[in-house]
Amino acid sequence: MKSRRDFLKAAVTGAVLLGSQSKLGLASMLDPHAVTGKSRVVVATDAALHRPDGQLDDKRVLDLLDRAIAASTGRDHPVEAWKRIVPQGKVIGLKVNGLGGKGISTHLALVLAICERLQQAGVKPGEILVWDRNARDLEACGLTINTDPSRIRCYGSDVAGFEEQPVAFGSASVRLAKILTRECDMVLNLPILKDHSMAGITFSMKNMYGVVQHPNELHGGGCNPGVADLNCIPAVREKVRFTIGDAISSVYDGGPGFHPEHLWQPNALIVGEDRVAMDHTAWQIIERKRAEVGMPTLETSGRPPRYIATAADQAHQLGFNDPQRINLMEV
Amino acid sequence: MIFRSKSWIFATLAIAIVAAAALGGCKKGKVDAFPASNAIAGWQKTSDTRTFDAKNLWQYIDGDAEQYISAGVVSTSTSDYKYQGQLEAVVDVYTMNDAAGARKILETGQTGDAKTVQLGDAGIAYAQSIIFRKGHSLVRIVAYESTPGAPQALLALAHGVEAKL
Repeated sequence: MKSRRDFLKAAVTGAVLLGSQSKLGLASMLDPHAVTGKSRVVVATDAALHRPDGQLDDKRVLDLLDRAIAASTGRDHPVEAWKRIVPQGKVIGLKVNGLGGKGISTHLALVLAICERLQQAGVKPGEILVWDRNARDLEACGLTINTDPSRIRCYGSDVAGFEEQPVAFGSASVRLAKILTRECDMVLNLPILKDHSMAGITFSMKNMYGVVQHPNELHGGGCNPGVADLNCIPAVREKVRFTIGDAISSVYDGGPGFHPEHLWQPNALIVGEDRVAMDHTAWQIIERKRAEVGMPTLETSGRPPRYIATAADQAHQLGFNDPQRINLMEV
Repeated sequence: MIFRSKSWIFATLAIAIVAAAALGGCKKGKVDAFPASNAIAGWQKTSDTRTFDAKNLWQYIDGDAEQYISAGVVSTSTSDYKYQGQLEAVVDVYTMNDAAGARKILETGQTGDAKTVQLGDAGIAYAQSIIFRKGHSLVRIVAYESTPGAPQALLALAHGVEAKL
């Protein structure tokens, strides 16, 4: 019997092609608002995610992912669940976040677990593209650059470049990453939960700053309305459809860089389709931690994440920030 | 005669100002604060030094850059290190316009468990990081994991950096 590591090694080299081609795809994704009128946000936790030596337990990360996806889709079998999330025969991008460096980037174990399940759901290795701003950010996540299309690809906008023509919505006029516009049919958003010195928090919507050439131009006003405007740009709004948020580790202050004195381990994944509801939930998690250690709220600190409410307003309608309209499932 | 004397004073002042600016600029821009491999026992320098000016600092620390810019950062240099082949760390050297800028950053975000260390003009240490200032320089050294030997190893590296500032 193959070990999981053997399996992943084979998968990355293209030696394993798993799963039949599903006829399901994006069209069959669950509409989280259809039944309840609420957005479903799943927070899955495992207190034993880190082993006593401090290292992540890869098997438990995979199990946690399965639990989160099952709760989000309503399908217990992981492969069936994934077939409801991703279309077949399309390129699936995994937008990670390595900005904070090795200490606070999307965890490799999570990326590998998702790649494993995607392949089991019928996505070919070459149809998976793990990406971020550049090689440095990807390497911070523990990833290795690969442009060989027969294997899982992994490279940044330093390789693929940006569109010449800017696109705009509201305050945001940006040149988008070609990986988003030309290479990916759908993007799974894999941010890592962090405090943010200007925006308040960075999670689902803020991770899209990594898909534009000059994100620094969107920082005014505490990234408000920059974050909301950017997420309204059609390629971002339409292709980035599902977030698997990494809250395995987090920083509750001093972010978005790595400040180990503010590091903590929520040991959680936050999963959902509604990026606004995801960010609202993530904000509450950060606030609870700050209260626990006696820190002032982000509001008191002068940097509440106002962009979340903006994203929910009539001009943007990216999702719900009203707790009454969020179906929070803790599993 | 009086006119000549004044001219001489003005000329001397002008030369002094230009020289001071040049020396200051040189010091801010060209000091190599990064110890070479094995210059500090057990520490290897594992990457080239990368330098960012204030305008492109976002490329290195997008989201964090603004607080440094508002404190007057001129440039930032960074390099990776590894201790005894295991403990990975990063050294960031921020060159500020003046000592006040370095002080402002150092005093921002300190927590109760910060320990004062004798480094430069002022310094603090945590289990996995050390931050100190010396003149217009601010140095931040961060280890990516917490090990029993990390604080001492980081302190040794910090002294190595301080000696080169």
